[in-house]
Amino acid sequence: MKIAVCVKQIPDPATPYSLDPATHFVVRPHDQVLDDTDRYGIEVGLQMAAAAGDDATVTVFSMGPSGSMQGIRQALSMGADGAVVVDDPALRGAEALLTARILAAAIARHGFDVVVTGTESTDGYSGVVPQQIAELLGVPALTFARKVEKTADGVRIERQTATGYDVVEAALPVVLSVTAGSVEPRYPSFKGIMAAKSKPVETLTASDLGVEVATAQAIQGVEPVPARQAGEVIEDDGEAHLRIIALLEQRKVV
Amino acid sequence: MSTTAARPGKVDPYDFLQIDALLSAEERLLRDTVRRFVADRVLPDIAEWFEAGTFPKELVKEMAAMGLLGMHLDGYGCAGTSAVAYGLACLELEAGDSGVRSFVSVQGSLAMFPIWRFGSEEQKQQWLPAMAAGDVIGCFGLTEPDSGSDPGSMRTAARRHGDDWVLNGTKMWITNGDLADVAVVWAQTDDGIRGFIVPTDTPGFSSNAIHRKLSLRASVTSELVLSDVRLPGDAVLPEVAGLKGPLSCLNEARFGILFGAVGAARACYEAALGYAKQRHQFGKPIASFQLIQRTLVEMMVAVNRGTLVALHIGRKKDDGSLDPTHVNFGKLDNVRMALDVARQARGVLGANGITLEYPVVRHMNNLESVYTYEGTNEIHTLVLGQAITGISAFD
Repeated sequence: MKIAVCVKQIPDPATPYSLDPATHFVVRPHDQVLDDTDRYGIEVGLQMAAAAGDDATVTVFSMGPSGSMQGIRQALSMGADGAVVVDDPALRGAEALLTARILAAAIARHGFDVVVTGTESTDGYSGVVPQQIAELLGVPALTFARKVEKTADGVRIERQTATGYDVVEAALPVVLSVTAGSVEPRYPSFKGIMAAKSKPVETLTASDLGVEVATAQAIQGVEPVPARQAGEVIEDDGEAHLRIIALLEQRKVV
Repeated sequence: MSTTAARPGKVDPYDFLQIDALLSAEERLLRDTVRRFVADRVLPDIAEWFEAGTFPKELVKEMAAMGLLGMHLDGYGCAGTSAVAYGLACLELEAGDSGVRSFVSVQGSLAMFPIWRFGSEEQKQQWLPAMAAGDVIGCFGLTEPDSGSDPGSMRTAARRHGDDWVLNGTKMWITNGDLADVAVVWAQTDDGIRGFIVPTDTPGFSSNAIHRKLSLRASVTSELVLSDVRLPGDAVLPEVAGLKGPLSCLNEARFGILFGAVGAARACYEAALGYAKQRHQFGKPIASFQLIQRTLVEMMVAVNRGTLVALHIGRKKDDGSLDPTHVNFGKLDNVRMALDVARQARGVLGANGITLEYPVVRHMNNLESVYTYEGTNEIHTLVLGQAITGISAFD
């Protein structure tokens, strides 16, 4: 079984971001980290591979400036077998659809039974790449999985919804996007960390994949988030709890 | 493409000298892994464990899965990392709590190391993989009620009875004693001090937890009692006789401590820095006041200096140029540094500095143990004194 896991290297969220004033693209440092939410996808992939037996492989796919490959190495240290990184200056600032076309092409070239992704990246937040990859690969998309279960010929998931969950299943091959909390990601083992540097990492360009770099989107401008308005202060005259409950109900929190 | 090189005026208060740049990518990844484990698994509950006086045994298997147990040993299921990597792991664990780091030090450096270094092939095969996996917990019996800094005065003795050995004696202040499945016990024999592998279910072996500690409360400390403990002839560690056996183990463990103490100091410094910027008095953050700034800077300088000392000693251990007295230097200076930083931090936090809401007093109390265990400050001083004068002050 061939399992592909899509991951992204992002600037360390603990350090301040900056945007290039000319292009509005995120300035990407040499050392980027694995997007934290990708750990869930990797864990799901590793568990599926372990259940499938010795022949199963987990390969991570990533697009973006490879830099020091620190984030990719993090993914490999968890136990993935190898990585394919598409790093091409022509792809700087690629929007969601171009990203999906690149990843789908790389995954198709490699072959796959399951593609596992997070639900959205922690720097771009478009949240549409997994579904686009499924469409481009021509396979079902099982998205927002909060629980993943292997069936005889496919995968069954609990799909998180606003009010609960749907049970959805499909035969392989599929694209699967998993939520944070779907599984408990393992800590990389020290042996895994030491082995990661000798695992195969293939670096490709868009032309290696035969993908024509074309984008229909351009960033017109970037504005700071408007300053937050002063909130409502509720003085407790004995009835404040009712007012608070009403507000929570209005926001569908309770 | 930008790089990680810092711009002037952009120093990181949490890594002032950019010591991170001295670590390899692999070392940083390993360090970050342990730091995440500590943040996820240790910090949320450590105050409760400390207050209740319990060691979180449930963490043992998780630590084993990462490879923390005997991590710097080669083969037999051990991860086989560098010495620096082992040190960095100890640093991060102790930034959580000295008790958790002590568990790892004792398992890896005091229980596994002597078997790995001085054991027979059969002993290694029997014990090390299970200890690396966390299925077997070990402890180390050297210190006795009346034999601390002078271990040569120990009374525990092993006598031959036919092919067997019979051990009698009492060991004291034994970390992991009540948890242990196996104890490496040092005893007087006709051939000098020898090490014995003692399964703790051997008849005549018992342990008693030491209660009412005000330090290392999230760690088990015990007395071991050996009363006619009969062991087969092959229970002895064949490859060493004399005090150099246990002392070499202690030097391994001290190596972890000289890194670990830096972690405790760093946690205290970070707590104090954060607090000083938040806490307002006289209408402004107390970090605005010169005396507080001085204290914060002293702590920051001490932590950076201690980290550099540790890293230097680690690099020397990895390249084979380490003299054992370098470890005495590191243990002496980094532990007293950490204790001093903890006390300064406790002062910055005022009354909040004495509660378990903040890590400071917990580290401070823990470090009181670390200050004297595995060689007191005084003994390390005299070892260094001998090293530079050529004159032993022990005789």
